[in-house]
Amino acid sequence: MGVRRVTAAKTATDSRLMSGADILVKSLVENGVERIFAYPGGTSMPMHQALTRYADRIRTILPRHEQGGCFAAQGYARSTGKPGVCMATSGPGATNLVTALADAKLDSIPIVAITGQVTRMAIGTDAFQETPIVEVCRGITKHHYLVTDIRDLPRILKEAFHIATTGRQGPVLVDLPKDVQLEQCIPNWDAPMDLPGYRAEPPRAKPEQIRQVAAAIKLAKRPVLYAGGGVISSGASAALRELVNKTNIPVTLTLMGLGAVPTEDRHCLDMLGMHGSVYSNWAVRDCDLLIAVGVRFDDRVTGKVSAFARHAKIVHIDIDPSEINKNKEAHIPIVSDVKFALEELNKVVEKNDEVDAWLEQCRVWKRDNPFRYDRNFDGILPQHAIDVLSDLTRNRDTIISVGVGQHQMWSAQFYKFHRPRTWLCSSGLGTMGFGLPAAMGAQSAYPNSLVIDIDGDGSFQMNIQELATCYCEKLPVKVMLLNNQHLGMVVQWEDRFFQKNRAHTYLGPITHAEARGKGQGQYAEERYPDFVTIAKGYGCGSASVRARTDLAPAIEEMINYDGPYVLDVEVPYVEHVLPMIPAGQTVDDMITE
Amino acid sequence: MRHVLSALVQNVPGVLAHISGMLASRGYNIDSLAVGETENPQLSRMTFVVVGDDRVLEQVRKQLEKIVTVVQVDDISSQNYVERDLMLLKVKAPAGGSRTEIRELVEIFRGRIVDVGADEVMIEISGRETKIEAFIDRMRPYGISELVRTGRIAMVRSGASIPAPGTGSVSAQ
Repeated sequence: MGVRRVTAAKTATDSRLMSGADILVKSLVENGVERIFAYPGGTSMPMHQALTRYADRIRTILPRHEQGGCFAAQGYARSTGKPGVCMATSGPGATNLVTALADAKLDSIPIVAITGQVTRMAIGTDAFQETPIVEVCRGITKHHYLVTDIRDLPRILKEAFHIATTGRQGPVLVDLPKDVQLEQCIPNWDAPMDLPGYRAEPPRAKPEQIRQVAAAIKLAKRPVLYAGGGVISSGASAALRELVNKTNIPVTLTLMGLGAVPTEDRHCLDMLGMHGSVYSNWAVRDCDLLIAVGVRFDDRVTGKVSAFARHAKIVHIDIDPSEINKNKEAHIPIVSDVKFALEELNKVVEKNDEVDAWLEQCRVWKRDNPFRYDRNFDGILPQHAIDVLSDLTRNRDTIISVGVGQHQMWSAQFYKFHRPRTWLCSSGLGTMGFGLPAAMGAQSAYPNSLVIDIDGDGSFQMNIQELATCYCEKLPVKVMLLNNQHLGMVVQWEDRFFQKNRAHTYLGPITHAEARGKGQGQYAEERYPDFVTIAKGYGCGSASVRARTDLAPAIEEMINYDGPYVLDVEVPYVEHVLPMIPAGQTVDDMITE
Repeated sequence: MRHVLSALVQNVPGVLAHISGMLASRGYNIDSLAVGETENPQLSRMTFVVVGDDRVLEQVRKQLEKIVTVVQVDDISSQNYVERDLMLLKVKAPAGGSRTEIRELVEIFRGRIVDVGADEVMIEISGRETKIEAFIDRMRPYGISELVRTGRIAMVRSGASIPAPGTGSVSAQ
């Protein structure tokens, strides 16, 4: 296969000759890509030119910031289970992807990110818009490539999608110098993958391991299932529900696991951990068998890890061997695809009738200690807004995304999920600004679904520019903005751990009394900025609501609006997310007031 | 506890940076790292000496195996293996002074004098870490002016790939 540079004198005479940019885009098509979120620049222009030639097969969506593009790709991936794809130019374009790639790594989201790079000759010379993006991203991607030979392109793209979507999923970066994009060759589409160090087959639980778990379940009087993102990503929700129904074992979910079983299922103990339910944390405290499925014993779940599930025998099923025994030692460690393990378990598991009394105990705890807020408050509490939204959307095909902070935790607590992949949440990295672009990506995959970003005014402003994308690309995302004028979660920690001293947690002008922590009452009264005007400036529908009685009609109006919409909900800033187990402490240190 | 990990990695740009970056970012303590091509030019062999308890070791091995370009990782500490470290050092040895003494010591340690200057000699010596350390201690009083080591490399003996407890370090001198 011949390699030739594109020069003015030579033009392709062999019709099989293709440019690197065209090979790349055709590879995307071959790998099933239907959407790409791509922001052009100097070194990625040839690829954008190629994208116009494949416009009938790949929709290119132009975000307003590369980070927005990568989060949109995540929203697409999280809601569909298919890999999300984004593209940026070299230098600042590439570094703008970094946060979102790190986010995808921590939450195991399959992403293929393509970056333009300066020409091979210029690499290492501190050229204009040159950054060593592969170096920058080594620790925050599952894998990464700098393409130096055009003939490697079809193989590398095949490998990139394979790595991103198999095993423990994650982001893969492909950095493509501009001269390789412009070069031409006759591509070898059949070049095999060359991954001698990558296990292609998902690990599978051995029959004796499954029998061990079944035996442990048979013996346990107080078992609890602790299920997380691995259940969602392996498509194991149905298997998990079957297991729960067969055995009556109560199940608690991580932030990443919400939707794996319906919130309203009688076995569901909701989220556990720092801001998890009282009853889930009590159940884990008292259980004699903890079956951890597709989870990683994150510090926000365990608190003080030595005290977590102290009396329990621990079964840990995960696809990633390095998660086993990383934070908490497992008595029955099983490296396996979660879906396979649960389906095998369902074939042999037997119910222990003693579990019924335990489930009943958990349900009593749940009845007596629900997530709560002041239902008589004269105004709109953020929890109430989410409660109402949950009720008003319960019979619709709805996908929820969130930013990071109090509104995120309240959404996890009060929104009632029915299906997996309807909850888009930056869980591991906790990236503010995730909500709007993630919703945008999901909306592009499901144009007829109701996609709602429940956001805070801090998070929202970190990627507010994506309202332009929503409007211009006809993505009718709805934003329910819980606007308290503050960085609520940090305020909460100030209140609890820093004697209420306000340290740069007010988002209005520094001349306002609130900025000095001298605000009066529950609301920050002098509102800033004017989100309704901003939203309208972007072409979106928008309204503001403060009175409790106006809330439901305002939400209805948002839902029924034909196009993107921002509902600015004025809420007080003095609310705390409860319960709360302070970092590094135990269930016995739980704050409920 | 001291462990010797032997890893086969793809011989591609960036693999060393990737591995050393991972080890550093996860806070693992590496005593020694040596890398070079193998009989197969597509693969390189990396040898790590890691100090830590079993749990740390398990994590280091699993995190290494997770890197896509790492083909295989073995903890050979519990097997019968040969370990070597190659060192070059320059030591003060004025003619007529301590030079004879140094020559004797080099002979006893089965090293070689590979260069002779007016006031110092360059010595090449290989062997296990303990031997190299002992030799350095012997040379210190004469005045070491320069020292360089390759880091440890190791290989399991033929037919000895079954763990042989307690014999992990025999006859490697």
